[in-house]
Amino acid sequence: MIEALQFEFMQNALLAGLLASIICGIMGTLVVVNRIVFLSGGIAHAAFGGIGLAFFFGWHYMVGTIGFATMAALVMAAVTLNAKHRADTIIGVIWAVGMASGIILLDLTPGYNVDLMSYLFGSILTVPDSDLWMMLGVGAAILGIVIYFYNDYLALSYDEEFAQIRGVHVKSLYFLMIVMLAVGIVMIIRVVGLILVIALLTIPPYIAEKYSKSLIKMMVLSSLLSAIFTVTGLWLSYVLNLTSGASIILVAGFGFLVSFGLERLLPNTFARSVK
Amino acid sequence: MSDNIIEIKNLNFSYNSQTVLRDVNLSVRQGDFIAMIGPNGGGKTTLLKLMLGLLNAYSGSVRIFGQPAQDVSYRIGYVPQDVHINKNFPISALDVVLMGTLKPGRGWSRHSQQDRMAALNALDQVEMKKFRDHRIGELSGGQKQRVFVARALVTDPDLLFLDEPTASIDTKGQNEFYALLKELNETITIIVVSHDLMVISGFIRSVICVNQHLHYHGHAELTSEMIEMMYDCTADETCPVELIAHGLPHRVLHKHEHE
Repeated sequence: MIEALQFEFMQNALLAGLLASIICGIMGTLVVVNRIVFLSGGIAHAAFGGIGLAFFFGWHYMVGTIGFATMAALVMAAVTLNAKHRADTIIGVIWAVGMASGIILLDLTPGYNVDLMSYLFGSILTVPDSDLWMMLGVGAAILGIVIYFYNDYLALSYDEEFAQIRGVHVKSLYFLMIVMLAVGIVMIIRVVGLILVIALLTIPPYIAEKYSKSLIKMMVLSSLLSAIFTVTGLWLSYVLNLTSGASIILVAGFGFLVSFGLERLLPNTFARSVK
Repeated sequence: MSDNIIEIKNLNFSYNSQTVLRDVNLSVRQGDFIAMIGPNGGGKTTLLKLMLGLLNAYSGSVRIFGQPAQDVSYRIGYVPQDVHINKNFPISALDVVLMGTLKPGRGWSRHSQQDRMAALNALDQVEMKKFRDHRIGELSGGQKQRVFVARALVTDPDLLFLDEPTASIDTKGQNEFYALLKELNETITIIVVSHDLMVISGFIRSVICVNQHLHYHGHAELTSEMIEMMYDCTADETCPVELIAHGLPHRVLHKHEHE
């Protein structure tokens, strides 16, 4: 790993992985406790429509993807708030239509041969400096917002009705959370690709949840676990010459199995019981 | 301002075109201690949520402290029916109670030392202080309910709504619990949804029956002569209530006058 770090692309990959881990740890925790994993999947896949749009109109990749992902996310969030019983269906529709329109737009883009795989499975080894700065900015913004509104997000995630009674601006904060999620997901797509983004958003918080007594501890622990999975996956992919995104996810999946096994074997040691 | 802290006029509410509440009128005076009873699905929880501003009336008006419900909800303490939400949520009993110290119009959302003291006091009041660092999911149903009561108390409410707060508490615990409510009632107006009529009747001042329609039984009616009769629960215009109270073998409310 040390000798690998003399390459600039490896340094960038490592930094991108660590920044993504912080974003994943914070947003993944909110996703898991608010049970919006499916919505996150919808955002990740619909974001592909944004990639298609960006290439078709010749915009910067980030502009098209963040814009489109945010729009799709807001529509899905609005449906979730107003018609809960139909939310999963609508999210499924946007999920599929977003993805399909991305591919059609790429088909229609003249003379452009895009490496689809790099968006599906991530391209952590080719992260340019400009993207790193962007990830740093997004990470800092998410961190700042979540710290500022920490107790509001805690209340809204635990008991939305009570939060509303206490005068917390539940709806605005919910939409703000969804926007942060959409932007965060676009950042993470860089690292592990849109197919695998869900794993990095859910596995570390799932493991962290049972060892945490508060939401903030869960966020910190999730970020640390994400970082361990990302760095280990990156190292394995370098040593064994494997696809980096998939390696990261498999390492995370292994961590999940270990954690699950521990929980089963020593059920009384942990606060949470698996049923 | 009048003495009525709750004023509901001609309220109608339906959910997915199913009528839940029909032509409800209610005035509640400062200092009342009301038991809300009625069959499941009769609209009790819906009525509480309308008074909390969580739901909007289809027609009619709900005014609390003379203002629209959603503007003053922060002055109401609320203990929801379902305390088993999110049982894996990483949150301690103390943090649940601290949620009650949130106030509208705050910026930076850190809890002050004062909030922490208030939360600990509230936990002490419901005898749950020693569980303050326990994860909420580790507590039993009755313990959780006490924590949720503490969360409602820490809001320093003028009005307290409790939705079946003693569902997971045994009879002895229920007596103690209602004794605590009676003490609180010296300063706080209380509405409690309950099926434990045997226990509760010794503590309350009045009764509301909710089954689409609403019937208010004031103080006087509760102590009126007993009528040994059970009313049919399903009939629209009758109130499905039999009250058994201390000192009186059977105490039953009057049949509702036809409107």
